[in-house]
Amino acid sequence: MWSEVKYLFVKELTLEWRQKYAFNGLLLFTVSTIFITYLSLSVKNQATLPDHLWNALFWIIILFSAINAIAKSFLQESAGRQLYYYITVHPISLILAKMMYNSLLMLVLAVLAIVVYGTVLGYPISNSLMFAAIVGLSAVGISSVLTMMSAIASKAGNNTVLMAILSLPLLMPILLLSIKGVKNAIDGLTWADTSDELITLAAVDAIGIALSYILFPFLWKS
Amino acid sequence: MKKWWWKVLAVALLLYVVIAGLLFDVPRLVILNETIRVLHFHVPMWFGMILLLLASVVYAIKNLANPSAKNDIFSVEFANLGTVFGILGIVTGMIWANFTWGEPWSNDPKQNASAIGILMYLAYFVLRGSIEDENTKARISAVYNIFAFAILIPLLFILPRLTDSLHPGNGGNPGFNAYDLDSKLRKVFYTAVLGWTLLGFWIATIRIRMRMVQNVLEK
Repeated sequence: MWSEVKYLFVKELTLEWRQKYAFNGLLLFTVSTIFITYLSLSVKNQATLPDHLWNALFWIIILFSAINAIAKSFLQESAGRQLYYYITVHPISLILAKMMYNSLLMLVLAVLAIVVYGTVLGYPISNSLMFAAIVGLSAVGISSVLTMMSAIASKAGNNTVLMAILSLPLLMPILLLSIKGVKNAIDGLTWADTSDELITLAAVDAIGIALSYILFPFLWKS
Repeated sequence: MKKWWWKVLAVALLLYVVIAGLLFDVPRLVILNETIRVLHFHVPMWFGMILLLLASVVYAIKNLANPSAKNDIFSVEFANLGTVFGILGIVTGMIWANFTWGEPWSNDPKQNASAIGILMYLAYFVLRGSIEDENTKARISAVYNIFAFAILIPLLFILPRLTDSLHPGNGGNPGFNAYDLDSKLRKVFYTAVLGWTLLGFWIATIRIRMRMVQNVLEK
């Protein structure tokens, strides 16, 4: 099964590489959103952005970039290709490969977002390692939930609005934990103070991945 | 008698709850005063909601293992009633909070979590509405139902404990055990939980029977 997962994962990467416009579009979406935020706030005239606002806007940008990026993972597959997958690969390999690929995509988007966002709106984080850990954990969680919701939305008539309303409430726990954790990273608290958030975040990730693993085969047979 | 004894029990328990909950003596406490009676009408809604949603998930799992129109109707109607209980819980809580916390919505983590929970189940009904084919609808919505319930549990029971909450028993606030020295409240409260939950299941079974009849008539 792992050779199948590896093969599908490499296939996703190759596809993305061959259709660079889609990937570039995602990067551009994130950068433009950050710029709109920056210009609307017109921080230049004020001292600095308050920390809690920096934190909240950062996660909102990440959330919408993620929905935009991962919605296409099943919505863009043609009916013919879906049938081909159905016949040739095990559903579990397919969902695992998609989740791994989307996590990687999310991490790339998050790094880009941090660099651009940090450049224009300041970088108040005092514990960067903790910040990185939280962003990494939530990227995995967000992408696994969104991959599953993309699969559900693709079965319900490829509706992007449906994708958003299904996933937004499900992503709230991950988002709330991330915002709380990053607040600790901004305030420079110790790892011991943030361990609750990190452990719960990892647990929510595990729930998302395990459920996708169990439930995806039922979704796929139609 | 075999089948409807629990309906009689529900009526009897709720009569007791309404009379005892509104008229019996309650502990005198600052700020809370008479509003402590909300304990018998607000808290049982959450017990009812969780149990109804749990029943809905059980039928969703049954439906995935063994697809049938019956399992699907059970699952969706329990979710329906669970959502109604959730909305009632939020409304009763807001009325109470208006008198004790000073405003209906005070950004309390439990209030927010329950509002997000309601959004999840409303999305579930939108999902069901957007799929035409009955079999696909039943299977896809069962998958979402299980997913949503699994996320709802940490949202309602773990996240609020990581932050300070205004709710009793959280963030240094005393729990109800501390108020309830004479256990009079507790007697009515347990009756209320049982009574309201039974009423919820009763309404759900009536709706399930209606849907079954509709199903047969359509065919």
